[in-house]
Amino acid sequence: MQRNMLFNLGSVNDIPLGQGRCFIVKGEEIAVFRSRNGDISAIENKCPHREGPLAEGMMGNGLVVCPLHGHKFDLGTGQGSEHNECIQIYNVLLQHGEMILEFPCEIFNQKKENNASECLTL
Amino acid sequence: MKKRLVVIGNGMAAARVVEEILKRRRDAFEIVMFGAEPYGNYNRILLSNVLNQSQEAAAIMMNPLSWYEENGIKLHAGVKALHIDRENQIVLGKRLPNGVAAYLPIEKSFPEGSAVREAYDFLIIATGSRPFVPPIEGFGGQGTFLFRTIDDCQQIAQYAKDCQRAIVIGGGLLGLEAARGLITHDLDVTVVEAAPQLMPAQLDLEAAQLLKRAMETMGLRVALDTITSQITYRDDKVSGVAFKNGTQMETDMLVVSAGIRPITEVAVDCGLKVNKGIVCDDQMKTSDPKIFAVGECVEHRGVLYGLVDPIWQQAVVLAEVITECGRDAVYEGSKVGTKLKVMGVELASFGEKNPSESTDEVIVYRDPNRGIYKKLIVADNKIKGGILLGDIEMADDLMPMFMNGTKVPENRAEILFGAVSGETLLDVNDLPDSAQICNCNGVCKRQIVDVIKNEQRTSVSAIGEVTKAGKGCGSCRGLIAQIIEATIGKVSYDPREHYYVAGIPLEKSLLVREIKNREMKSVSTVFAQLADGIEDAGSKNGLASLLKIMWPKEYEDERDARFINDRVHANIQKDGSFSVVPRIFGGVTSPDELLRIAQAAVKYHVKMVKITGGQRIDLLGVKKADLPAIWKDIGMPSGHAYTKAFRTCKSCVGTDFCRYGVGDAISMAQKIEMRFQGLECPHKVKMAASGCPRNCAESYVKDVGIVAIEGDQWEIYIGGAAGSIVRKGDLLTTVNTHDDVLCIVGRFLQYYREHGKYLERTYGFVERVGMDILKAILIKDTLGICSQLDERIQEAVNAFKDPWKEAETPAYAHQFDGPQLVEVVGEVNNNG
Ligand SMILES: Cc1cc2nc3c(=O)[nH]c(=O)nc-3n(C[C@H](O)[C@H](O)[C@H](O)COP(=O)(O)OP(=O)(O)OC[C@H]3O[C@@H](n4cnc5c(N)ncnc54)[C@H](O)[C@@H]3O)c2cc1C
Ligand code: SF4
Ligand code: FES
Repeated sequence: MQRNMLFNLGSVNDIPLGQGRCFIVKGEEIAVFRSRNGDISAIENKCPHREGPLAEGMMGNGLVVCPLHGHKFDLGTGQGSEHNECIQIYNVLLQHGEMILEFPCEIFNQKKENNASECLTL
Repeated sequence: MKKRLVVIGNGMAAARVVEEILKRRRDAFEIVMFGAEPYGNYNRILLSNVLNQSQEAAAIMMNPLSWYEENGIKLHAGVKALHIDRENQIVLGKRLPNGVAAYLPIEKSFPEGSAVREAYDFLIIATGSRPFVPPIEGFGGQGTFLFRTIDDCQQIAQYAKDCQRAIVIGGGLLGLEAARGLITHDLDVTVVEAAPQLMPAQLDLEAAQLLKRAMETMGLRVALDTITSQITYRDDKVSGVAFKNGTQMETDMLVVSAGIRPITEVAVDCGLKVNKGIVCDDQMKTSDPKIFAVGECVEHRGVLYGLVDPIWQQAVVLAEVITECGRDAVYEGSKVGTKLKVMGVELASFGEKNPSESTDEVIVYRDPNRGIYKKLIVADNKIKGGILLGDIEMADDLMPMFMNGTKVPENRAEILFGAVSGETLLDVNDLPDSAQICNCNGVCKRQIVDVIKNEQRTSVSAIGEVTKAGKGCGSCRGLIAQIIEATIGKVSYDPREHYYVAGIPLEKSLLVREIKNREMKSVSTVFAQLADGIEDAGSKNGLASLLKIMWPKEYEDERDARFINDRVHANIQKDGSFSVVPRIFGGVTSPDELLRIAQAAVKYHVKMVKITGGQRIDLLGVKKADLPAIWKDIGMPSGHAYTKAFRTCKSCVGTDFCRYGVGDAISMAQKIEMRFQGLECPHKVKMAASGCPRNCAESYVKDVGIVAIEGDQWEIYIGGAAGSIVRKGDLLTTVNTHDDVLCIVGRFLQYYREHGKYLERTYGFVERVGMDILKAILIKDTLGICSQLDERIQEAVNAFKDPWKEAETPAYAHQFDGPQLVEVVGEVNNNG
């Protein structure tokens, strides 16, 4: 069983069509994309190559292209165009037009061990 | 467990062999390297540029220290390996004291705790060479130098500052390189050579005499047949040299560059077999099967090599063998040849310099007035050797023919001047399977043929995708096409190569027709109608650029179709910050503007303020969220330094201030920039206007260059470049007034906008279309389209809007927002 924290990222309309935006969730930068057909996807913002900001990348056909050196990443699986590069993906639920991000406590605990007590229970 | 591989030496051979190993089996070894020099690996060939200060030492680094880190290699930089304990398989090294040259022998002793100890399973010795010092009494005092390392160059350059005269001992390649370096420090330089000619290793007497004449016209003095016997000092500094023939010469400094000797101490010390160099077999193994050697320190089949090409070949074989990717790989020796530039004189030399058999044919062409000399030695219809001086264009054909033993044409004149038909002389059928085709990426003929046969790749680009051949400088693409043709009869052109963008299966003219007919004005409509709605991210930018060119006013600007730079009108930097370059028309600014720029730079904590090559000011390290505010504060329009569009027009001071000026370059440049600012093009377009042919604004190497000439006229050059490719622009036409210039330049730009491939620079465009055709269309109006081109460029100019105005009214919500902080709303269990 896995525990998730939930974050409200606000209205889908705050992400321009076909673009991404960066949110800071518990100190982690997360890039959230809204494709022209309405799909929302969320991935870690940091490109594993040289930490390019993926939220600024161009997207299309389920892929995002890093703005720095053009490595591509699958928004659904996180798999990169370079076989050894893979990024973390996150679940986003839509509720009444608001985007709710699920952020696994596990990741949170790994990354920010000392703040784990901030986890709230619904 | 991984095997431990230790490498002694960290020069060109060592780094290359490690690269070749990583390429084959990234994780096979734990790699440790000893490098006596305190740097990563650098390109020793370019040292003379460091000496003459045309390049910084940092610019010639090939493997900077970060490379070792990224590849998990432990490098002991500045540590010299002194002892190999073969029984226990351990290398012992010691840190070099400051100021000791890396190549000089030092005492093998390890005072308490100073030893660096590394165990190995396999060892590679790549210690290279040291300069050879002939027996001259007194060498080594203040003002005497050798020439092998970055440190040497820096010391020579430093000392030269206080000198007027220099002597270089040795008239070979390196000696002349050293002399060239010293001349740029404004020294009076004499080269002293013991042999009766310069460059005895590469040239015959006649070529050497021509070269000497060329050197002398450049201000170098040359003393041949002169042997140096003693160095004299005054106040502990070099003051002169004495020669064997009894004469003397005064000097302020002295560089000895009289050949090289392999560095073999570590090998001798541990009992490996060493003659002149460390003896290796055809698999680069020394007399101990755990120990390999590569590079200048190696003696293979009795031969030592002092050039990089053979070393690359050795490195490949060693890597194949040690990784067991090619257990049977063998190195069978190299035929050597080089192309060089000595003080601006180009020369190529390969194989034998003089005939050795009475049946050898010698073919010679001389044109001493132009400094051209070509000589080939042919036996059995094959090239045995050759020397080209002054005009080495044929070297690209002749050297591979020599290396591979290809037959030469019956008509011997063709050998020296190229085939009458204009075709290349080289027939790929004659090349052996092992012939290297792509020198940049080291791909040989066999690999290419294998891919053609086994993977059914039949176009040049498809072969490049698999093998990387043709993906470097691209000069071998013709050869690859020939190989395809020879293998399967016909080269197919990958149609995708001709698509305007990868995601829409149409070539540019067809795509343009569809867009016009269907009146498609946004990128998403194009995808919807021509690609079944599949939006290929990589194709968006090209489509956006095309649509904007086709519909200057009606284009529907969907920002998701644009690269981040074009969404926020600034250039993204490696740390995710942006750079801001305001437009400075013609490179002329004012105290007021400078004040505003300076204040903004302080206010927004700009990380660096840099003067750009295009005569503007770059503010680097601006946060995305600060962009609108900084633009407002600066109060100048966008310089478009971030996009595929007209960038800037440099100028010189022309008639305004310069005593040579014949045309007023400044206002010319300002008018050009005013008119074409922000104009979208297939790639960036840089321009310049110079007030006379002295060309201080570098007009000849710009996409469009304007040069004023006597008689109140202006020349217009197109297709120049000075980036990774350097090309002098071609003269399109000469006109009389500023307005004429604006008209012709606009016409050319519009034609380029309409017919250039996406990301094709003007130099590629001009070469593809051809100057004759461009002149006919744009000047003689043979197609009758000039007035339409003029009209359409006017429309585009009228449609111009300064994108930085979006500081006031953003194009869409959150355009400039930085990362947004969000708060947790709850926690759930998730069983999925
Ligand atoms: C000025 C100049 C111009 C040149 N121009 C050309 C050219 O145009 N074309 C061409 O083909 N070639 C040219 N060369 C030759 C080319 O640079 C050499 O062939 C090549 O560098 C040899 O590579 P290497 O690795 O064998 O030796 P090096 O590059 O000399 O590397 C050996 C390294 O090992 C280090 N070392 C030695 N002993 C030890 C030890 N015991 N422990 C640790 N480290 C050690 C040395 O300090 C050195 O850094 C030029 C050379 C010079 C100096
Ligand atoms: S190009 Fe001619 S006019 Fe312009 S600065 Fe140079 S010398 Fe003077
Ligand atoms: S940082 Fe993403 S591709 Fe280089």
